[in-house]
Amino acid sequence: MADLIRVGMADYKVGQAPSTIISYGLGSCIGISLYDPQAKVGGLLHIMLPDSTQARPTDNPAKFADTGLPLMLKDVLALGASRSRLVAKIAGGAQMFAFQNATDIMRVGARNAEAAKKILKDLNIRLIAEDTGGTYGRTVSINMEDGVYKVKTIDKGEKEI
Amino acid sequence: MTDELNLSANQLDALREIGNVGAGNSATALSQVINRRIDMNVPKVALVPLEAVPDLVGGPDAVVVGIFLRVYGKAPSNILFLLPQKSAFYLVDTLMGKPHGSTTSLDFMDESALMEIGNILSGAYLNAFFTFTKITMLPSIPALAMDMAGAILNVVLAQLGQMGDQALVIETEFLSEDDGINGQFFLVPDPGSLNTIIDAVGVE
Repeated sequence: MADLIRVGMADYKVGQAPSTIISYGLGSCIGISLYDPQAKVGGLLHIMLPDSTQARPTDNPAKFADTGLPLMLKDVLALGASRSRLVAKIAGGAQMFAFQNATDIMRVGARNAEAAKKILKDLNIRLIAEDTGGTYGRTVSINMEDGVYKVKTIDKGEKEI
Repeated sequence: MTDELNLSANQLDALREIGNVGAGNSATALSQVINRRIDMNVPKVALVPLEAVPDLVGGPDAVVVGIFLRVYGKAPSNILFLLPQKSAFYLVDTLMGKPHGSTTSLDFMDESALMEIGNILSGAYLNAFFTFTKITMLPSIPALAMDMAGAILNVVLAQLGQMGDQALVIETEFLSEDDGINGQFFLVPDPGSLNTIIDAVGVE
């Protein structure tokens, strides 16, 4: 049976075929996957916040889009991925509770999605699919065999992007 | 770890006692509404790494109903009341006077009733909080979501994540006498609120 590699919040894992990398219960968080279809290696990063420069210094760079992605990229390349073949997919970034006076922090899901896209662009990695926004949680997984990125929800079904 | 999260054993005790009285008030209020005895445990007060918080509630993909209130005032905080889905349905049946097992999804009225429960619990809790600390805390109107626990917790954790890697969690579990309803009540102060609360308690 193929390995199932679990990624916690504010963490990332890299792997190769035939493993699947999975992260459970994303709300405003985003799961950013990187995948090299030829080498069949990749990774999944579960970020909580968009920007480390707007937060207190932390021991955990994987918490932020801007510091987490370069770290995972390094590890994915070390596994034998080619930077030019890498493609990215993202999912998450929901707003779980709708408040009338939504403060910035309530909108963190949307800001996470924006940040993820910007950083991918800055790193010159192609974003080929996304499933962001909404008001519901997601469990996401990426299969290192074929790069299929699965998004599961409680009552919005399951889809592959 | 930020310095404001260095709490002494006495301070943790004081927070536990506040949580105890607060939750006691809440349990009494809830038991009056549903006309059943509600038991509660001694509150847990702990500094928890953010990524471990979802494990407190049965794992990030457990389906729960979360009622969230933002608390305003001198010590801004978050209140989250989490019920396993089954338990939330049971509570709705109880509130609506339906036979148990009737509710299998939440309509507008059901959600409204559950949010009102969130209101009642929070009001009772914060009253006790005021008695101890003389800090007035005003809850926002409640918001409700039924989804994966991890996703619901995001709303609290993302705020804390900007300030540090740990959450101070004051947690109480409720259980109704017929075991049909169990829930977890969390008070999670903003990191900046902790000093205010500790100062007000006056324990070193």
